[in-house]
Amino acid sequence: MTSSVMTSSQDSATTACDLVCQHLVRAFGAHQAVDDVSFEVPAGRFFSILGPSGCGKTTLLRMLAGFETPDAGDILIQGRSMLPVPPNRRPVNLVFQQLALFPSMTVAENIAYGLKRHKVPASARRQRIDEVLAQVGLDGLGHRQPAALSGGQRQRVALARCLVLRPALLLLDEPLGALDLKLREQMKVELKHLQQAFGTTFVYITHDQSEAMVMSDQVAVMREGRFEQVDTPEALYHDPQTPFVAGFVGDNNQLEGVVERQEGGQVGVRLSGNNLVMAQCLGPAASVGDQVSLFIRPEFIRMTPLSSGSLSADGMQPEGSSMHCQAEVVTTLFDGANSRVELRIGRQTLMARLPQDASSVHFHPGEWVALSWATEKARVFSGWAS
Amino acid sequence: MNKVHHQHARRLSLWLLLTPFVLWIGLLVLLPHLQMLRVSFQVRESWDSVTWGLDQYAHFFTEPYYWRTFLRTGLMSLLTMILTLVVAFPIAWYIARLARGRARGWLFLACLIPFWASELVRTYGWMILLRESGVFSALLQWFGFAPTEMLYNDVAVVVGLVYNGLLFMVVPLVTTLDGLDESLVEAGYDLGGGHFTVMREIVVPWAMPGIVSGCIVVFMLTLGSYLTPTLMGGKDSAWFTQQIFTQFITRFNWEQGAALGILLLLLSSLMIWLGLRLTGQSLRKVMG
Repeated sequence: MTSSVMTSSQDSATTACDLVCQHLVRAFGAHQAVDDVSFEVPAGRFFSILGPSGCGKTTLLRMLAGFETPDAGDILIQGRSMLPVPPNRRPVNLVFQQLALFPSMTVAENIAYGLKRHKVPASARRQRIDEVLAQVGLDGLGHRQPAALSGGQRQRVALARCLVLRPALLLLDEPLGALDLKLREQMKVELKHLQQAFGTTFVYITHDQSEAMVMSDQVAVMREGRFEQVDTPEALYHDPQTPFVAGFVGDNNQLEGVVERQEGGQVGVRLSGNNLVMAQCLGPAASVGDQVSLFIRPEFIRMTPLSSGSLSADGMQPEGSSMHCQAEVVTTLFDGANSRVELRIGRQTLMARLPQDASSVHFHPGEWVALSWATEKARVFSGWAS
Repeated sequence: MNKVHHQHARRLSLWLLLTPFVLWIGLLVLLPHLQMLRVSFQVRESWDSVTWGLDQYAHFFTEPYYWRTFLRTGLMSLLTMILTLVVAFPIAWYIARLARGRARGWLFLACLIPFWASELVRTYGWMILLRESGVFSALLQWFGFAPTEMLYNDVAVVVGLVYNGLLFMVVPLVTTLDGLDESLVEAGYDLGGGHFTVMREIVVPWAMPGIVSGCIVVFMLTLGSYLTPTLMGGKDSAWFTQQIFTQFITRFNWEQGAALGILLLLLSSLMIWLGLRLTGQSLRKVMG
């Protein structure tokens, strides 16, 4: 699955692309909201743009919908430049953050609005409305007022209203933001299924990395108007290319230290005290003495209890590891499958995932543990100002 | 015992609070109108005796001058109401949707300023502009046209009435348009609608409570206005309130005046009811 997505995204130049953006720029005064962004979305994909609020993702989406005009660059939808096309003539529909269902119309009238604008005759209109209502699981609710529906149902009306027009591209502006947690989890899965059922290309923007990861074929991580990395969710998680992506996508521990050794692509980083850990180094080769940030995910940290007696200068480290790292247990945080241990190294805290088998050892506050991880799981980015 | 006292006190304070309202409605609204209704059914037999009858209402229907003026006043008020809406909508749209921050306050103030002066002064203002020796006429003469009298006709009356009603249309429109979410308008375009469609299908239905509320106020104000039609209208521009004035003051025929007054009240109520029915609005929603 992963590999097929990756190969087809690599030869996307040869397959049909529903959306191509070339060097898009949009500035508000001195603020570059979107700063030279280029990307391609092949037909039928679920593409997410993930970023913190204010990163320019909404501006980018509004340019695609036609409500903002780029200062430079071009937008091609199914090969046609969209710059001279007004919003109501673009083969693109937008699901708004607040859904924007027309309050004076029933559900069916909301859906009919777009069909009427596209000159679909009345009989075909009725048929297509019934069809799309059934597809989103709202059959028989056409006569209701939007205000009389639940949050999840309104969500589906907003989707149906767009999908019934069979757009080349469906844009979604954080439509799950208004829902409560449980419903949001449910809608994530449902949106993914709907996208597969309709086969429409989705461009979804969100600040919630879990939404982006669960639903998307590809995710672009956006920061300060630029794309940091465009990749599959798996690659973003396991192979982040920038410190921002490493910190933003998924839970991660960030540890500050100084490079002490440098062997090929690997570096030894001296944390506070006597702790030396190993990590993969990305970017230009780091030199000894560099101040760096090291990223290691909670689930990759192995913890071995130390008896207080053996706490010594060289401690007890698992065989074959060139690491030497001891941490003090601060507390354990039980959260089912997501239970964690809070640890302290010097003045830095980090989280480690508790092993999933129930037989796992208990860690008590104040206890000392030896930490280790596979070198390739930890990551140091050199050449980035931190 | 204490509890009973407490209840008494509560009931008393409720009545005290309600008293101004009850006095207002009772003395100034209900009583005069009931009295008018009573007087309108009186028929004067001689200088000191009256009987009951429908004579005053019969007069209204048999005397064409009365009911023609009545009809004319109703239709001109409708026209004024529609024109006021047409003029006020873009103004309200600009204030509510396009103006930002300070400009908004200033624009609102600009709409309000004329109302610091009385209706009389405002009407004289228009007369200065429109009369034969007035500003517009002078301007036209400067361009080489003959002196023109623009006052004393129906157009002048409607212009003055629209001006008088403008604020009462702008305020409810701004209030409703202010609450219109920008994303609703954008969704209207996004789903394929043009300017006209978005206006008709989304903006107008949304603004309907404001439109109806503004229309009701302007219609009632116009129907009952006296100064503007009297000062700016010509000899043929009779307004129904003038008839009532004539009956009460000039002719001292209170019975006929009361009947005409009741008829005007009926017309006004009927039009409001019709307006609410036609637009599917309720009075509570429109005035709330």
